[in-house]
Amino acid sequence: MDERQLRELLEDVRTGGLSRRTFVTTMIGLGLTAPLAARMLTAAGVADAQPRGDPFAPTRRGGGGQLKVLWWQAPTLLNPHFANGTKDEDASRIFYEPLAGFDPDGNVVPILAAEVPTVQNGGLAKDLTWVRWRLKKGVTWHDGRPFTADDVVFNWEYVADPDTAAWTSGSYREISRIDKLDSHTVKVSFNAPQPFWSDAFCGNRGMIIPRHVFGPYKGAKSREAPANLKPVGTGPYRFVDFKPGDVVRAELDPAYHVPNRPFFDALEMKGGGDAASAARAALQTGEYDYAWNMQVEDDILRRLEQAGKGRVNIWATGNPEHIQCNSTDPWKEVDGERSSIKTTHALLSDPAVRQALNLLVDRAAVQEQIYGRQGQTTANFLNAPSRFSSRATRWEFSLERANQILDAAGWRRAADGVRVKDGKRLTMVYQTSINAPRQKTQQIVKQAAAKAGIDLELKSVVASVFFSSDPANADTYPHFYADLQMYNTTMTAPDPQYFMNQFTSWEIASKANKWQGRNITRWRNEEYDRAYRAADSELDPVKRAALFVKMNDLVIQNVVVIPVLWRNGVSASSVRLKGMDLSGWDSTFWRLAFWHKTS
Amino acid sequence: MPALLGISVVLFTVLALAPGDPFEELATNPNVPPEVRQNLRAKFGLDDPLPVRYARWFTSMLRGDWGFSFVSRVDVNTLILQRLPVTLVVLGSAQLLAIMIAVPIGTYSALRPYSLFDQLATTLAFIGFSLPTFFTGLLFILLFSIYLDWLPFIFRADIGAIGWRWYWEHLRQSIMPVAVLGLFQAAAMTRFMRAAVLDVIRLDYVNTARAKGLPEKTTLVKHVVRNALIPVVTLVALQIPNIFGGAIVTEQIFRVPGIGSLLISSILANDTPVVMAVTFVYSVLVVVSNLVADLLYGWLDPRISYR
Repeated sequence: MDERQLRELLEDVRTGGLSRRTFVTTMIGLGLTAPLAARMLTAAGVADAQPRGDPFAPTRRGGGGQLKVLWWQAPTLLNPHFANGTKDEDASRIFYEPLAGFDPDGNVVPILAAEVPTVQNGGLAKDLTWVRWRLKKGVTWHDGRPFTADDVVFNWEYVADPDTAAWTSGSYREISRIDKLDSHTVKVSFNAPQPFWSDAFCGNRGMIIPRHVFGPYKGAKSREAPANLKPVGTGPYRFVDFKPGDVVRAELDPAYHVPNRPFFDALEMKGGGDAASAARAALQTGEYDYAWNMQVEDDILRRLEQAGKGRVNIWATGNPEHIQCNSTDPWKEVDGERSSIKTTHALLSDPAVRQALNLLVDRAAVQEQIYGRQGQTTANFLNAPSRFSSRATRWEFSLERANQILDAAGWRRAADGVRVKDGKRLTMVYQTSINAPRQKTQQIVKQAAAKAGIDLELKSVVASVFFSSDPANADTYPHFYADLQMYNTTMTAPDPQYFMNQFTSWEIASKANKWQGRNITRWRNEEYDRAYRAADSELDPVKRAALFVKMNDLVIQNVVVIPVLWRNGVSASSVRLKGMDLSGWDSTFWRLAFWHKTS
Repeated sequence: MPALLGISVVLFTVLALAPGDPFEELATNPNVPPEVRQNLRAKFGLDDPLPVRYARWFTSMLRGDWGFSFVSRVDVNTLILQRLPVTLVVLGSAQLLAIMIAVPIGTYSALRPYSLFDQLATTLAFIGFSLPTFFTGLLFILLFSIYLDWLPFIFRADIGAIGWRWYWEHLRQSIMPVAVLGLFQAAAMTRFMRAAVLDVIRLDYVNTARAKGLPEKTTLVKHVVRNALIPVVTLVALQIPNIFGGAIVTEQIFRVPGIGSLLISSILANDTPVVMAVTFVYSVLVVVSNLVADLLYGWLDPRISYR
C-alpha cells in the first residue's frame, strides 16, 4: 500500500465511510502499530475516539469491597522513575498517574491532562517541535496539595538530572525546555521535530511525582527519598502499606478527580511465587480477583478456566518472538571478537539458505501446539497478525519449496542427508534461552530443517545469562556467537521509531560498544538506513507510516529475521471483574479507576 | 567468628562470579539509555575490583551498616526485620509441631517395638522423610485448597481484620506451611526418638526405678524420656540448617513473606547486599540454635556443665 492509498483510506474515515477501528486494524495488518495508526488519524483531523463506552455508571465512590490482585514477581519499590520492570511500574501506577495513557488501539487518552493536544486545538506544533499540555483542574495529591504545572516541570528536571539516574530518562532526552504558561498549562519544546511527542509524560514512563514531596531529593539524594516507598500521588487509591518484595496495600482516595470512582474500597497487590499457582488462585479457587502475566501453557489455563470462576484475558502487544540470522561469521575471531562485522557468514550469506529457513519454520504448529492463545502467527516483524497479513509479506511452511530453492542454489545432499556446497556443510547452531516453549519451538524447527537437509544443532542458555549484558560472557544474546538465535523483543514504546533502530547500521553490537548496540543480527542495508533516517524527521504521519512498512518489508524480504509468533498479553481474572480495558501499550492498571465487579 | 568470615568471603566471591547484575532489566529494556545503567553501576560501586568491594562491604558490616538493596533501595536491615518475625513464627511453630508429634509417638513405639502401632509409625515416618517439602507442599495445596477448598494457599502477612478474626485467619493460612515443615521434621525426629528410647529403656537404672516401685509414668518421664532426649537434642540442633533449607522452599510455594523468599528473589535479582545479609542471618541462626542445644544438655543432664 502506498502513500496515495493511505490518504484515500484516511479520507474515508473522515467522511464516515470507514470506521476508526477498521482503519486501525488495516494499518496493523500493514505492519504498523496501533498507536501510530491512531496518530495518523489525529493528524488527519479525525477526532480521537472516546474511551470505549462502559455501561457501568456508579452514582457514588467505593462500595466494592477489597480488590485483590496477584503478581508473581513482587514489587520492590514504588517510585515510577526507578521502576525495575513491569511489576514496579504497575505497583506505582496504583498511586501515580501520567498526563495521558494509551488505550488498546494506541489512542492517547487524557488522564491528568484536560485534553489531547492536536494541531487543530493548538496543542501541537505543525512542525512537531513543541507540544502544549493543558492540565486537568481540581486534581489534588493524596496529601491535599493541588496538582499544578510546577509538578510537570519538576518531573522533567528530576528525570533529566543525570545524578538521579532515572530509568525513565530515555523518554525525556529530546526535551530542550519546558515553559509553564500558567498554573495549569505547560509547553514542552523538543530539540528536533518529535513524531512521537507523546513519549514523555504519557504511559508507563510518564507518571508524575509531586514536587513538594520529591523536591529535596533530586539528583544524588534520590535514593534517600522516603516517598520512594511511601508514594503520594494523584491516583484512585492512596497509600496504606508496602512491604518490598511482598505486598502493597492501598485504600480509596475520597478526593479522586474522576467523579464516583473508584469502585473498590481497598486494594491489595500481593507479589511473589510462580505463574502457575497464581493462575490457580485467580481461575480455580477465586482467592484473587486478578493475576498478572500468565506464562503458563494454554492447556493448563483452559483446564483451570473450566472451574467457571475465572477467565483468561488476552490482548495485543507489539512483541515478536523471532529467529535472527547472523550476518557475520560467529566462528571466526577477528580483533578479539567473533561475529565481527569484518566477516560475513559462510552459509547464511547465501540468500537461498535464508529463504529456505524462512520456509521451514512451521509457525502454525508452533502457535497451535505450544503457545495457543498466547500468540498469533505472523509474517511481519513489526506487529502483524496473519489474518490481516500485509500484501507485501506472507509466510509459508513448505518443505518442498525449501528443497527446491536449495537444489536450485547448488546445495547437494551428501550421504548423510545434509547438504553440501563447495565443501561447506549446511550445519548451524541455533540458540535460545531456557524456557520450555522455546525448546519445543527449537525441536519443531530442527525437525523440519533436517528434512530439507539442514542440520541444526540446538543450544539453550540459562535466561539470566542469555539476557544479561555482561560484556565478558560470550553466551549473551548481543554477542550472538551462534548462527541463529531466537527470543522475544519487547516493544515498550507505542511508537516504532525506537523499536526499528535494531536494524540500523550504526547500532551494530560489537566489542567496541561492549555489545550495547541494538542491531544484533549485524545486518547492514543502506536502503533501510535511509528509510529510518527519513522516518526520524518525517512530519507527515502518513509518509512516516509508509516508511515503517517499507522498513518491515526490507527486513522480511531479506530474511534478516524470521518472525515466529506475535505474542499476546495474557492475564487471568475473576469472571466478575470488569472495566479493565487492558492495553499492550500501557500498564495493566492504566484504567484502574474504572475497574469494577459485577454481582 | 572465623567461620562466619570464611562464609562471607566464599559467598561474596561466588556472587561476584555469577553472571548478571542487579540492573539486568535496564540492559534488556530498549528505552533505558545505557548511560543510566553505567551511572548506577558506578554509583553503587559495582565497577570496582572484587577485593575493594569485599573490603567495603566488610568494614561497613563491622560498623553495623548492612548496606542497602540495589533493587528496592531500602536499607537491608529494614528489609530483614520486616520479614524475620514471619520466618521465626513459621519455623518455630513447625518445630513445636514436630516435637509434639515426635516425642510421644517415638516413645510409644519404643515401648512396644514391632507392634502394629510401631509398624504404622515407622512406615509413615519413612514416607514422611522421603517426600521433600516442595512436593508435600504442592500435594497439600492440591488437596486442601483446590479439591476441598478449606484453606487459602497464598499467605498474607497483612490481614485486614482485628480481634479473633485476625488470629483465626492467621491460623488458617499458617496451617499448611507449618504442617509441611513440621511433619517433615517430625518424621525424622520420630525415628531418633524411638532409637534413643530403645537404648535407654534397657539400662539398669530403668529397671532399678521400676524395682523400687516408682509409678510407670514417673519412670517414663523422669528416667527414660529425659535421658533419651539428650541425643535427640543434638540431632535436632544439627538438623537446623536443613529446616532453613526446607523453609526457603516452603516460603516460596506458599508465598510466605519470610527471609527465605527474600533470599530467593534477591538471588534472582543479583541483589548482593541482601543475599549477603540473609545468608549471614541464617548462619547466625544456626550458631544460636547450636548454643541453645548446648544449654539444653545442661538442663537435661546436670552432669554436663560448661566451665
